[in-house]
Amino acid sequence: MLANQHVLEGNRLVNDLTSSNLKSSETGIESQRIIARYMLDLGAEASIHKFHRQLNHFHPLHFFSSPDSGIIEENYSCSSYGINTVGIIRAPRGDGKEAIVLVTPYNALKSGLGEALSIGIAYSVFSLLSQVTWLAKDIIWLVADSRYGEYAAVSAWLRDYQTPKFSSLSTLDAEMCPDIDNLYDLKVNSITGSKFSSSFKRAGTMAAALVLKVRNKSDQFEDTISIYAEASNGQMPNLDLINVVNYLAVHRQGLHVKVEKLWSLLNSSWLKILGEIFESLGKVAKSLNPKWKFGITATEYVEGTATLASSLYYQALGLPTGPHGAFRDYQIDAITLEILPKFSSDKVRHSDILLRGGRLIEGVIRSVNNLLEKFHQSFFLYLLTSPSKFVSVGVYMIAFALLIAPLPIVAASLYVDASSLGNCSKSDKSTPSASLDTDEHSITIGSWMWLNSAKLVFLVHLWGAIVSLIPYVICQIPDCTPTTSFMIWVLLSMLSFLTLYSVLASPLSCAKASQEKEWALVKSVTISSVFIGLGLMSVINFATAEIGALLMVPMCLLARPLKLDVRAGTLRSFSRMIGNLVLGLIAFPPAAFFLLKGMLDGFGSVNVGAFWIWVESLWAWNSATYLFIGMVHLPCWVLCIHILLHTC
Amino acid sequence: MALLQRPFFVLLLVLTHQFMQYWIAFGSVNEEGQKQEEEFNEELLLKPLPDRKVLAHFHFQSSAPPSTSNGRHHHIFPKAISQLVQKFRVKEMELSFTQGRWNYESWGGFDPIPSSNAKPPGVELWAVFDVPQHQIDASWQNLTHTLSGLFCASINFLESTTTYSAPEWSFPPASGNLRYGTLPREAVCTENLTPWLKLLPCRDKAGIAVLLDRPSIYRGFYHSQRLHLTSTGSGSEGMVSGIILEQTLTVVLQPNSQRAGMAYASERHIQPSWSLTSIFGKQVSGTCVLAKSSNVYLLLDRGLVAELEHLHKENEKSAENGFTSQNFWTKPSFELSADPDRIFIEENSLHSKGSSVLYKFQVEKYSESEPFDLSLTWKIPVVWLSQQAPLHASRFLMGSGNERGAIAISLKSTQLSEGFMGANADDERCDLQVNVFQVVPWYVKVYFHSLQVFVNQQPKAISDIIEKIHVSPSKDKVSPGVMEMVLKLPCKVNSAALTIEFDKGFLHIDEYPPDANQGFDIPSAIISFPNFHASMIFLKDDSVNKSPLLSKFQEKSPVMSYTEALLVPLTTPDFSMPYNVITITCTVFALYFGSLLNVLRRRVAEEERFLKEKAAKKTGRLSLLLSKLSAKLRGAWNEGSLRVS
Repeated sequence: MLANQHVLEGNRLVNDLTSSNLKSSETGIESQRIIARYMLDLGAEASIHKFHRQLNHFHPLHFFSSPDSGIIEENYSCSSYGINTVGIIRAPRGDGKEAIVLVTPYNALKSGLGEALSIGIAYSVFSLLSQVTWLAKDIIWLVADSRYGEYAAVSAWLRDYQTPKFSSLSTLDAEMCPDIDNLYDLKVNSITGSKFSSSFKRAGTMAAALVLKVRNKSDQFEDTISIYAEASNGQMPNLDLINVVNYLAVHRQGLHVKVEKLWSLLNSSWLKILGEIFESLGKVAKSLNPKWKFGITATEYVEGTATLASSLYYQALGLPTGPHGAFRDYQIDAITLEILPKFSSDKVRHSDILLRGGRLIEGVIRSVNNLLEKFHQSFFLYLLTSPSKFVSVGVYMIAFALLIAPLPIVAASLYVDASSLGNCSKSDKSTPSASLDTDEHSITIGSWMWLNSAKLVFLVHLWGAIVSLIPYVICQIPDCTPTTSFMIWVLLSMLSFLTLYSVLASPLSCAKASQEKEWALVKSVTISSVFIGLGLMSVINFATAEIGALLMVPMCLLARPLKLDVRAGTLRSFSRMIGNLVLGLIAFPPAAFFLLKGMLDGFGSVNVGAFWIWVESLWAWNSATYLFIGMVHLPCWVLCIHILLHTC
Repeated sequence: MALLQRPFFVLLLVLTHQFMQYWIAFGSVNEEGQKQEEEFNEELLLKPLPDRKVLAHFHFQSSAPPSTSNGRHHHIFPKAISQLVQKFRVKEMELSFTQGRWNYESWGGFDPIPSSNAKPPGVELWAVFDVPQHQIDASWQNLTHTLSGLFCASINFLESTTTYSAPEWSFPPASGNLRYGTLPREAVCTENLTPWLKLLPCRDKAGIAVLLDRPSIYRGFYHSQRLHLTSTGSGSEGMVSGIILEQTLTVVLQPNSQRAGMAYASERHIQPSWSLTSIFGKQVSGTCVLAKSSNVYLLLDRGLVAELEHLHKENEKSAENGFTSQNFWTKPSFELSADPDRIFIEENSLHSKGSSVLYKFQVEKYSESEPFDLSLTWKIPVVWLSQQAPLHASRFLMGSGNERGAIAISLKSTQLSEGFMGANADDERCDLQVNVFQVVPWYVKVYFHSLQVFVNQQPKAISDIIEKIHVSPSKDKVSPGVMEMVLKLPCKVNSAALTIEFDKGFLHIDEYPPDANQGFDIPSAIISFPNFHASMIFLKDDSVNKSPLLSKFQEKSPVMSYTEALLVPLTTPDFSMPYNVITITCTVFALYFGSLLNVLRRRVAEEERFLKEKAAKKTGRLSLLLSKLSAKLRGAWNEGSLRVS
């Protein structure tokens, strides 16, 4: 158990770090040296890992490839490297096949007290673990140099851990840099005999990873821990890891645990009303039969919904919410824990944070350490509704399946209608003498008529692919503000659309007679392609597919030429027309983005460049959401607009 | 009564018979002379390690000479082992149980101790048989079962052809009749130690083995229990071959140092002082009476001696005194509780660094009243490094995901090796030979063509580096893949790396072990350096030859090191899912069929009648009779009416 003595050692390191900060050496090498020396004092193996900052480029060919590829060796200068400090405790009786990773991001250049505290917590746990005998897995403590972002440092280290390069020229250059050489002075620790090495140190297969952060400025009324779990493309770590942290934090350390919520939803009145309805329903049910316990309180409902919405939103974005995302790329379960201490400024609080945070980390590490088995393979697909509650895949898939189930049925019925109607109108018009001859012909034409619509749909999807590739070209243009880039993108997309439309999809070359039902066929093919797209996406990233389906399914199902509605002139067709127009506006990806952003952050902050920045982040993280928007959502929207504006 | 007495009598007969045989055997040994006698030697070697730990190496050797007259009986040598050797015709065999990892970097990798006693975690077994080729596998399988029973371990898992291999030449006791297998996951505990101790004539009741206090030896950082036997070929027909059984136990322990003392800076630098009582909790109160010799050695390795000499020299300089080696060894910078009986200094020919020193203590001089408790107290802080193998080998997995990956063996030059190289460095074509032996289970499908070699971070052509390679590809569910290589690296090599890619196989559901699914192990690879010999040569002396441990040290054996065992996560089906499905379907079926059969089988009418009968019973006998009568009457009337009609 983490005792005061370990906390004192941790506090000592915090003080050393904060005081060395005052000296403020230029590259922050001094603090790395302090940390490495402390690690050596514990008898741990310490080493440093140099890495180069890697700029995120959009490589269309490397979209779904594994993380190792896509690295381009460049000439790095001494100024653009970071230094991670790595300490490893070998389990005294373990066989070294598995390891647990503890990560503390630390920016030596401008570190606050928060980062120093997180290192203090990690160090106090580390000093405890260097003495315990129960360790079965090795412990790796990575102090990630976060000067180029927390994620970059962790992913660089993981890349070198999992897919090292044996032949490289750039490492030689880095060794020329004078600062790093100073680190090598550490050499052998005289007390413990542990050695400092510059070579990359490894321990076995990683079982789990914890990223620990302390936020210094907070206005919490009690010590709180927030858990971030979403990795790229909506992948989640094993639920057991979150459960362990939640259980230990709440029941052992008395900390308050929270996960991200959409705060704007908390104050929405309609949600409250809905919650109250559910509450009263639950009460009624309970009065009927005391064994029915599905009633929840209105506040619980609202909070659950806000958490669920944020969980869905972050998964749909497909961007990792912290450095833990780098681990998920290598199928390692990882979460980020952010400790938000109660607002206070005295020193005593520091050791309290160190003690409670340290005990929590110790508990989690011990739990993972004691696992003989891997985490259970089932719990990766879930949406959180509170730190201790979740919606499992078996439940949320039902909603999605119900949402997209009408699509194939409607497509089939539209197709059957259109083909039979086409035939009927044909046979009515043709003279009886010629009918025998042309009937067969028309039947073959009629049955193959959907090919025209399929061609159109295919071309629009092709255009969608071109649009999603255009940013690669725009990236090459130097000195572009987001706004201009966005404008160029829009212009180029329109241009390409017009060329494609004029060259290939010139208004139907088919017989005019069938044109009146042509829109139905187009709609049918569109709906089937949307169905396929959503189905595929639900496998890759469920949340994206869910949100996409919410927007696209009504739009696809409602789409009907405006002319027809205008001609009909009834109230029903009028309302349908209004619905179509509104949906057509909302479902346009940039419009949807601006609306959402406006609703969440207020409309004042919305500008055109924001969308470009958002899209840029999507492709930089290889998010499948980008492909979904470019190749499913946008073509579907265009096709629906095509149907709306159809001349029939 | 007679019946009861009979077994007792038989038992008595058997006992006396045994006793007689024992006497006969003993007599015959005496007749043959001193040379032919069965011997038992017990020795303990203690060595301080650079990282404040202590190595204890127990070495027990029993030997049975080849003889005709002994027959199948021995007076010291364990019968179980000799039976095993006779039955399976084992020429040489080694079995080791290990827990923890040998830390090559700080505990050294060049001395005879790590080179022959550092073993991979779990169980390792190899054996050389003296049987025709086609019988080897059968002998091996029988041997594994026998050992499994003998040592309470799951060595019988080595029976399956997927777990053992037949190295051709890279494994040091190279021979065609060798079989080699490891079980990296085997847990080692006292249940394995007890049968091992039973092979000793005094068990752990007397002699040095008394020190084997279970809690303290299992608290250590490394624990390796080894059994090595060689049978000296029987010269003539009908002669039982002689066997030398060598049992060693190597433990690395942390002496209890007071944590409070850590606060003082001066004390922190001094190595912890220890004694036998402080590390084992026991002391030696005499020899095992059956042992021929019983000695305790204290070894100071080359680095430590060099460092001590250096410190001593400095001290002497300040005191303006001439330096003599005599002086140095009588006034060292540490204190021993007992005076050594002898001091051996290594004959130093190759290594400039210094020569190791061995202090010998004879346990015979101590007794119950005056137990032997060696203690070592450091007076000044000393920092030294253990001598390492020329290259430090580590092996790791690359890649991620469930589809493919790569195994990399990385060899890094240890700075210490530059010393040895110095001698040969002027020679331009100086090569460092490295043998690699690696066994890969069949579900890791290695592509041998993807072998890549990097020397000093430059990719090299395989033919330039690899002098000799022998590969036997794995066969699915039949045999593991074996890779044996001889690398010729330039002497000034800084780092070298070998990578080889593999695909992860899919296992059939019944091929998953029934344990917790942690992943699958790839056993340790063996890296050996045939150019370097881990030996310590002491001044030729009679007493050196008498001690089996020291003569073992003098043997020229190549430096060997084991790499880490690896854990490969394979795709795992959700085993609980079929179970859940089976459970729920069974429940549904049970409910359905239960109720259906119930409905079908139930005869409502019969039940009603039964109930009625019950009700009728209650009414009484008279009414029952009446009703029977009336029924008969009615029947008769019916018959009558039938006849009429």
